[in-house]
Order: sequence, then structure tokens, then C-alpha cells
Amino acid sequence: MKPYKTFDHTADLGLAITGASEEVLFANAAFAVFDIITDLGRVEPRETRRVLVEGDSREDLFINFLREILYLYNGERWLLKELRVITIDEKALEAEARGEPFDGRKHEICKEIKAVTYHQAQVRNTPDGWAARVIFDV
Amino acid sequence: MRVPGIIYASDKLMKVMGKDESPKQVANVAQLPGIVTHSLAMPDMHWGYGFPIGGVAAFDINDGIVSPGGVGYDINCGCRLVATNLRRDEIRPQMAKIVNALFQHVPSGVGSRGDLKLSRSEEKRVLVEGARWAVKNGYGSQGDLESMEDGGCLPGADPEAVSERALERGKDQVGTLGSGNHFLEVEIVEEIFDKAVASALGLEVGQVAVLIHSGSRGLGHQVCDDYLAKLVKHVDKIGINLPDRQLACAYIQSTEGQQYLSAMACAANYAWANRQMLMHWTGEALEKALAMGPRELGMRLVYDVCHNIAKIEEHVVDGKKMTLCVHRKGATRAFPPGHPALPQKFRKTGQPVLIPGDMGTGSYVLVGTEKAMEKTFGSTCHGAGRVLSRAAAIKASKGRSIRREMEDRGVLVMSAAKGTLAEEIPEAYKDIDEVVNVVHGAGLSRKVAKLRAVGCIKG
Repeated sequence: MKPYKTFDHTADLGLAITGASEEVLFANAAFAVFDIITDLGRVEPRETRRVLVEGDSREDLFINFLREILYLYNGERWLLKELRVITIDEKALEAEARGEPFDGRKHEICKEIKAVTYHQAQVRNTPDGWAARVIFDV
Repeated sequence: MRVPGIIYASDKLMKVMGKDESPKQVANVAQLPGIVTHSLAMPDMHWGYGFPIGGVAAFDINDGIVSPGGVGYDINCGCRLVATNLRRDEIRPQMAKIVNALFQHVPSGVGSRGDLKLSRSEEKRVLVEGARWAVKNGYGSQGDLESMEDGGCLPGADPEAVSERALERGKDQVGTLGSGNHFLEVEIVEEIFDKAVASALGLEVGQVAVLIHSGSRGLGHQVCDDYLAKLVKHVDKIGINLPDRQLACAYIQSTEGQQYLSAMACAANYAWANRQMLMHWTGEALEKALAMGPRELGMRLVYDVCHNIAKIEEHVVDGKKMTLCVHRKGATRAFPPGHPALPQKFRKTGQPVLIPGDMGTGSYVLVGTEKAMEKTFGSTCHGAGRVLSRAAAIKASKGRSIRREMEDRGVLVMSAAKGTLAEEIPEAYKDIDEVVNVVHGAGLSRKVAKLRAVGCIKG
């Protein structure tokens, strides 16, 4: 089962993501974004990139993290296959992303995710694990 | 709320509009510092983030704010209408060829990149000069500039206010249509409501025209994103309490506010250069498909409007002249005849307003009115406005051939991505006739002509 669900927003795309721990939640969010952008079956983890993000709060950190993840494709045309969080606290995160540069002969872009919004963004630690909601501009 | 909210609608539209969170968003905008008279929404209103789509709000330049969320991600997303010498009967047998040529020649689709890759210094010139840069480089003619808001160039653009990331995203996307709701449509003038104005704009029944809908691409998105991140922190520092962080803002007179306006002007100028180049390639594609010279084809820009923008404008409020920062997020400027911001050729007619419908429906040409100046800071609607979410639209189109359905309605559609057609099905949008009749009825703009789509290129 996928660790995320989409929810309705009139013009855009809402994602509800879950994870057993905060580390897994962030890794699952990165997966969700690229699972929507492309067919991950065709992406190989050939290169490693370090992701460093800061934020003023957990939500802020989460949004800034998604900004960085989105820029990998939108700015650098690089596709993420998987991500591992190395360290995380409320205000900073260090992670390692693995993937490869976009290659039009090999990869397909299914959907463009243009930006992440603050609108109704949430990150919560619940009795059932971690959960986040976020709306993207598509 | 510092001021009341007003939503322009009909009973029929209000039934769908009230269902999402957009009325609450109108109320949220009314809480922002320096807002003048009302928080407004046009009849194509729907749920955005921060501001509603279809939202109009004006802020006092002295003690008001500017908000990137009140402009939107796609800064200066807009429309342009290009008239031709072609007649409906001439192109009917050639439609497949025309749509094919446009699809081949005009870069479109997800993350589309153009043939042109700009050096950093050249890209910065685009940001400062806008459509003038395109004209200087052989895309279109000097005369086109008169038929764009602000002559296709907002003053005050400073590329130093634009991040390296935004420049990187913009370097190879100028002259590309993009994806989502952006499109290029071949249309026929079907009905004229105001013969004198239509004739002054060079429109007559049976004539072929092209409507182009695109914006500032990845560059604009990055500018908005960069400044949202910056201003979310800034509002905490200066102690503005916001009902939604997406409404992050800065006082217009502050360094942060001025920087955003400079960067926004850069993105707006990029969008005008983009649409100018798209128009040029549209002309080339039509010439090729129809084996025609440019003179015979007779392409001429009717007008170009922006519908995601903040502009510094003079308005009369309670009998007093005020300088305001007017945010139009999914709304169109609609200045009346005689307005000093209009070039001579539109002084009698009023500013042309272009309102596209949903995919393959067609569009309306209207003109601005004095009433819009009095009631909505010279603003009107911008399109049909969504009613179904993208997910709901995909669900509704399951098992249907949208391309075939459009063909049955007489519209030939080509799309770079299969999913886009499903997301953009006609029933995902409000009825454009109903939306336009509300702004016409309320006197916010006046109907001039209706065009019907016959061909459509989607990103």
C-alpha cells in the first residue's frame, strides 16, 4: 500500500502522507512527490545527493523540505528514487537522496507539480504514527 | 475583518461557489493591513490558497501590504487574442493540418523547454524589457506593444531581486506554453454584441483568431516561492497575524515589499516576452500549414491581458484620489474609455478584456467600464473558473474518449499529456456564458464579441 493518499482541492493537488516515524514521514513525502511526477519503476538510484533544510517549526521544515525536493526536478531535472533521513529535529534536517538525471528516452513525466503551498499544511504526531497534509500547485 | 467582502455572482453560480472554502478566503483577505473599501471576488471565484482565485483587493500604498499569494505562483499568467485575415470556410478543410502544425511548432507540455536557451545576461534583459526584448529580437513588431497592458513591460523590474534558482528555471522556458490549464486555441468569431467596438478592434463574424493562454513558467513560480518563504518569516518578525500563512506579505513601503514588487515585475516581463514569442511561432506554424505568406495571413494582436498581478494604480476612493496596490488573482483589469493608462487606439473603446472559457468552448471579448472603476478598482473576471477538482474531473472522464467528444463538438484537440484532457473536461468548469453575463449585467465590463473554439493545443 502506498504511504500517501491524494485529497481534493478545487484547482490543485492535496496529499495526505503517513509514516511510522518522523524520518519515515519525510522519506515517504519525497517518495510521494516523485511517484506522482514520474514512473519510479524506470528511475535508478545511480547518484546520491545531500539535502539540507532548515525551518522555524515542524510545518515550516516540512514545507522547506518539499521545496528542496521539488527543485531537484523543477530546477535541476533530476529524478528522486528514494530518500533516507540522516538527522532530523524540529528545525533542521539532513537527508540523502538517490536517483538520476531525467532522460527523455528513458523516463516519463506524468504530472508537473509546480510548487508547494502553506495553505492548510499540517504535520502531526498521532497515536497511530506521523501524518502530514499539504496542498501543491499543479 | 477590516472591510466587508463582496462576491459578484448569480443565484445559479452561488450554489456551486458557496460549497468550497473560497468565501472564507474572501473574509481572510479582508483582514490584511491597509485594505481599502472591500475584499472582492469575481463570479469565476473558486478555492485557491491564501487569496481565492477570482479575488481582487486594493491596498493603500502608504500603509498597506503587498502579498505574493495575492498575485499567485504564475505571475502575469494571461491571455492574448490574435486576429487573422482567415475566414471560417477557408480553414475548415485544413483543420487537422493546422492543429498538427501548431502542436509541432509551439513547444508545449509538462516542463516544456524551448529552442532558445538564454545566457544569464540575456535572460536579465528579458526580465527588464519584457515584450520589448522579444520585438527587438525579431519576434513580432513594435506596433504589438501598444496592444498589451503596460506596453508589455512593467517598470521597476530589478533582476537582482530574482534568485539564481528562478533564473535557472527560466533560462530555457521562454517561448513555451507549459502544462495544466494553459492552451492555444484556434477560434472563430461567432457573435458580435457591440458592432462599433468590435469593428474598432478589427473583429467580424466568421473571422479566424487565435487565443494564447500562458504565463511566466517556472521562473514566476520560483519568484513567488522564494518570496513566500522570505515573507512567512518577515510577518512573524513585524507581528502581522495571519489567518493563513499563504497570505504572507510585507508593507509596500518596506524593503521586503519593494523587493518583491521588483522581482514580480521581472516575472511579469518574462511572461509578456513568452506570449510574444508564442504568438510569433503560432504565425510561423499557420503560414507553414496553409502555405501562406505573413501578409496574406494578416496576424495582428488584438490585445494581451494579465490575470495574476499586483499593480500600482490611481483610483478614486470616497471622492479622494488614492494610489493603491491592486492585487488581481485570477481577475482582469477592465479600464474604461478615456482612462489615461490606455494608448490612443483604445481611448474610445475602453480596454479590451479577454475571457477564455473551458477547453474547447471559446472565449469572450469585453471592454472595461466606468462602473468597474467605481466598484471593483477597474477589475472583472478572468475565465470560467473550476467547479470540479482535478481528481473529480479525472473520475468523471473515466471510460470516455475526451478527444472524440471534443471532435463531435467540432473542436480538434491535441495534448502533450493524456491526463490533461481528462482534468480539463468542460464540466470541470463553470458555465462561461453565466460568468460573463454576471460581469456584463453588473456593468463591470461590456460584451463585445463571442468566439467559438475549433482547434485546441493543450500542454
